[in-house]
Amino acid sequence: MDTHAVQVTGLRKTYGGRTAVDGITFEIARGETFALLGPNGAGKSTTVEILEGYRRRSGGDVRVLGVDPGVGGLDWKARLGIVLQSTGQAGLVTVREQLRQFAGFYPRPRDVDEVIAAVGLQRQADTRIAKLSGGQQRRVDVALGVIGRPELLFLDEPTTGFDPQARREFWDLIRALQADGTTIVLTTHYLDEAARLADRAAVIAAGRLRALGALDRLGGPEARVPIVRWREAGIARAERTDRPLAFATALSARLGAEPEQLEIVRPSLEDIYLDLVQDAGVVADLATAEDAR
Amino acid sequence: MTVPTTASARGAAIPGVVRTGIHRTRFEVLQYFRAGDTVFFTFLFPVFMLALFSVAFGADGDVRFAPELPAISMAGLYLPGMLAAGLLLSGFQNLAVDIATERSDGTLKRLGGTPLSPVAYFIGKIGQVAVTSVLQAALLLAVAAFAFGVALPTEPERWLTFAWVFALGITASALLGVAVSALPRTAKSATAVIVPIALVLQFISGVYLTFSQLPDWLQDVAAFFPLKWMAQGMRAVFLPDAFAVLERGEEWNLLSVLIALATWLVVGLVAARLTFRWLRRDA
Repeated sequence: MDTHAVQVTGLRKTYGGRTAVDGITFEIARGETFALLGPNGAGKSTTVEILEGYRRRSGGDVRVLGVDPGVGGLDWKARLGIVLQSTGQAGLVTVREQLRQFAGFYPRPRDVDEVIAAVGLQRQADTRIAKLSGGQQRRVDVALGVIGRPELLFLDEPTTGFDPQARREFWDLIRALQADGTTIVLTTHYLDEAARLADRAAVIAAGRLRALGALDRLGGPEARVPIVRWREAGIARAERTDRPLAFATALSARLGAEPEQLEIVRPSLEDIYLDLVQDAGVVADLATAEDAR
Repeated sequence: MTVPTTASARGAAIPGVVRTGIHRTRFEVLQYFRAGDTVFFTFLFPVFMLALFSVAFGADGDVRFAPELPAISMAGLYLPGMLAAGLLLSGFQNLAVDIATERSDGTLKRLGGTPLSPVAYFIGKIGQVAVTSVLQAALLLAVAAFAFGVALPTEPERWLTFAWVFALGITASALLGVAVSALPRTAKSATAVIVPIALVLQFISGVYLTFSQLPDWLQDVAAFFPLKWMAQGMRAVFLPDAFAVLERGEEWNLLSVLIALATWLVVGLVAARLTFRWLRRDA
């Protein structure tokens, strides 16, 4: 069995003359949880839909569970679980009826009642889906995604609209799937969610890969250099340094007093992410300018 | 929170198409009868119209089209048309709206991401149409016979004609519904696009208006579409033989009914095969 669940090499996708995905390369190991981050319209959804077999690529090579998704058959689909961004629900049937239906499509489905329990919908099992809250309907989506016992699970913004409590419970469910050996591809806007669940992440912006790696190393060491901030003569000042304490001590000595509003911070994941995405915006603008010439 | 332990799904074959198709049929029928609007506008509508016409126009007793023809009750006159309308509603209108809605609300996309084969999906749809249209026809016949005293035919050859007109009609109607489901762009527009097509066809094909009383040119237009032939086949089954003189050429012309419905069945099959996609477009 190959060690990679997903291999993407030089993936490109163009719609008419517009390039949505422009040469993306990454691999996802079996059993890994991999987050795809990026602003709306960055090319994440297109990338994921190519991996899921919904869209055809314009160029490059893709292998998902060793199979080219462009020609993946039903046996291949039986090994995937897909939780789409937002989908219509069969509102007239109950949670249990809907899960039974989907279980019937797969060769080795999970037990319907166990899956209902895993997503915390025991009390709603015999309620029609239309009568559930938005968050509960999203759990039905997730339940449908895992009912087939997938080797590889795609989750596209799974917790949008969840309250904090529901999000915590969802994370517990994902950890149980991870412990089970399921490979997970998570698309999300929530960086804390990616940080808690994912082993590695890719940041995609303007159709290109901006960063790839473990969440706590994303953007490289230079993105994590601490920042010393203070006010001097009414002006906000900042300095990035690997030795913030020495710098602050020297600063204090130079001023002959405690620096005003002194703080030493490490860039948060969000700061790093925004830097990466903003750089991409500049690159994209330059590229458009060049195209226009 | 626990998740049942996994063993690799590899090695196990996905369930067969027929088994999954029957599984889907059960689900489709369940969903059908829980949708109040479908039950009324598709399933009960012809029964409701039969009752309405019989009561509204039947007050003056039986009608006589010509001195040489026997008198006939309103319910007896409308029964063949309503059976044909049932075929159009249960097949064409039902599936066209149903599939267009499923495509637009993402149901098809979700199913397209599972190992459900499109063939099993269609077995489910056809199964739903088969179950509901047979129940609908049985209900129509029962209401006509028991509520309005329509004498149903006793000759086996008439019921044989009924069987093949019904089978060809419902199959062609269902396949055309699948093909037309590609037209509406949204779930909201599905009913607005499909229902008027069905309604106009019912008016020109001898469902609500007596076909022989329509102008010749309109009869010729109607002859281009399948509903006219379903209604003609049903009239051959349920009206007295003497009524054949009211038809074009003064005969039931079942051979033409057979050819027309078989042609539409093939057209529907090809069109459905060409237009069906899990997604609206695969860019």
